[in-house]
Amino acid sequence: MVLLKMKFTQQRRVRLAQGLWLLSWLAVMCGAFIFCLGVYLKTELLRRAEVMDNAEIHVVPNILMMVGLASIGTNWVASRVCQDSMDASRFPRWKVLLLVWFGAAALLCCLLVAVVVLSYALQGRLEESLKVGLRNGIRFYKDTDVPGRCFQKETIDRLQMEFRCCGNNNFKDWFEVQWVSNRYLDFTSKDVKDRIRSNVDGRYLLDSVPFSCCNPASPRPCLQHHLTDNSAHYNYEYQAEELNLYSRGCRQALIDYYMDLMNSTGPGVLSVILIQISVLVSLRYLQTAVDGAMALENPEGNSEGYLLEKGLKETLEEVKANVLDMLKFGQVDPAAEESPEAAGGEKAADSPTEKAASPPSTS
Amino acid sequence: MVVMKMKFPFQKRVKLAQGLWLLSWCATVAGAMTFTLGCVLKTELRRRAEVMDNSDIHVVPNTLMIVGLASLGINYFASKICQDALDAGRFPRWKNFLKPYFAVSCFFTVLMLLSVIMSFAMKGSLESSLKVGLRNGIRFYKDTDTPGRCFQKQNIDRLQMTFQCCGNNDFRDWFEVQWISNRYLDFSSKEVKDRIKSNVDGRYLVDGVPFSCCNPSSPRPCIQYQLTNNSAHYNYDYQTEELNIYLRGCREALVNYYMGLMNTIGAGVLSVFLLQGSVLVSLRFLQTAMEAVAGKENTEIETEGYLLEKSVKDTVKEYLDPVLKFLLLKNQVEEGTTSTAGPAHA
Repeated sequence: MVLLKMKFTQQRRVRLAQGLWLLSWLAVMCGAFIFCLGVYLKTELLRRAEVMDNAEIHVVPNILMMVGLASIGTNWVASRVCQDSMDASRFPRWKVLLLVWFGAAALLCCLLVAVVVLSYALQGRLEESLKVGLRNGIRFYKDTDVPGRCFQKETIDRLQMEFRCCGNNNFKDWFEVQWVSNRYLDFTSKDVKDRIRSNVDGRYLLDSVPFSCCNPASPRPCLQHHLTDNSAHYNYEYQAEELNLYSRGCRQALIDYYMDLMNSTGPGVLSVILIQISVLVSLRYLQTAVDGAMALENPEGNSEGYLLEKGLKETLEEVKANVLDMLKFGQVDPAAEESPEAAGGEKAADSPTEKAASPPSTS
Repeated sequence: MVVMKMKFPFQKRVKLAQGLWLLSWCATVAGAMTFTLGCVLKTELRRRAEVMDNSDIHVVPNTLMIVGLASLGINYFASKICQDALDAGRFPRWKNFLKPYFAVSCFFTVLMLLSVIMSFAMKGSLESSLKVGLRNGIRFYKDTDTPGRCFQKQNIDRLQMTFQCCGNNDFRDWFEVQWISNRYLDFSSKEVKDRIKSNVDGRYLVDGVPFSCCNPSSPRPCIQYQLTNNSAHYNYDYQTEELNIYLRGCREALVNYYMGLMNTIGAGVLSVFLLQGSVLVSLRFLQTAMEAVAGKENTEIETEGYLLEKSVKDTVKEYLDPVLKFLLLKNQVEEGTTSTAGPAHA
């Protein structure tokens, strides 16, 4: 029961080979495109690596880069195969390689599908990573004199200005940490001493935000300090003020940015999957059709091309049996060493009985 | 007195035609590139058009775009001419076309060189335009409720953040204007009344700068207000503080940016100019060499090619005479008709 049988005349085989050659070069370009996409995504993730706690999300661009490179190689091999397919003397040498090739191409398609699924599934992990990273960034904002953390301030400031966001969830995150370093606090001042005594940990907490939270679109010069105190500023109401600072949190801003990036690459990856599958199917048809033609008396006659020789279930069982055989091959050896000896022993035991049996028959 | 005579055997003529064909296609691509560079420069100038007082500097990208388009046409015809050059039957039809063609091509090639020179020479004009534009921007910073000026604040803020600069010459420009709108000033407060009385025009002047002047690289949270008052902030010295706010003025920052852009573009256009010049010179040699072959039976003879038949002075006179006659002749004719009409009436 052959799967999806199709008749192929010589003309049709030639057309298939030519079309497949073009398609495989197109697939090479697509592989290069996937690689570049992976590199671009990796660069964008690395740029903001200081506000990410772990690098789990990097599995998406890593897979894209590997698949891109592998796909360039695989499709180049496909183009060589279909160049040789019209030449009866050179085609047979590809026989064994083609089995491996089909496995590799199927694996690439599966990996690409996995990438698309992962880019949606890892959103939660990315959010967690950003949450922890931003929280640390805000906590270490003041530590511009501590080695390893001295660039946190600049990183967070530039992040907030570029992505037009403030704080982790919103600007109130800045009220909960001390973001002014002790080096710039006058500990003899009454105001400072009061603030430090007002909380358990002895931190200097303010209802203020850094300048990078300021929104340039506000009609009013930026109000950074005493944000919750309506009487501290003329004509100011804390609850109604919308444009003064950025209202969005940086975690939300970064998630939106990266999800947009990965969603926009989705259609491209899906079309590359389709192209790869069509290369796979066409090469299988070409292989079976050319094999069939070479087996005929007249190589230019009609032959049949098919996807699978037996049905899907039988082919899977056959593949499973082959794989198990290859795995069992290691186990067969000890049994084989014993059986020749046993066979030799049995033969030795048999021959005297035969010899014993034959003389009585002759006498 | 022929200018730059050269001998051209048949093989050399063929090589010249082939080389010129390739060169003219390269020059076409270069012309397209010049047009693109002109567009890029124009876009960049327009992005910051709100802080420029006049658009004199736009003559540079406009010229580049015109020259780029013209060069596409010039090089297209050059490739067509040298394709026909070796064919004795088709070359003569270009005969009348070539003289005006060379005149127009030389004009546009010289214009290309002029645009490069202008991009260096117009630095002063750009600087004065930015000076006035930025001064107005800073003055109208507070007028977010005045139609036509309501985006000045946002423009200046984003400009200062992008170019990492503060004020016109430096941050002290903000001390001289009122950049906080009256809508946000409490006129019943003593401090506000004191400040307003302290100067002639009744403006609320502070020694403070907007938040967009703050430098993120500073290890200290930004100090925006009371900049000249050392005692207002702990461990702060006005004279030695360098990283707190941007020290560079926006005029200098923008001039440097645009000069850098125009220098890069100028270098590219200069090489395009050399390429274009070599195309025209080669075409001239090919034309004169092929003209000597015309009418001869044996087309494979050796001929001479030259740049100019007469000396430079004579050739310039020859080209300018028709133009001058066209301009002056009208006057001569008018004078003649009026003088004849006068006696006729009398």
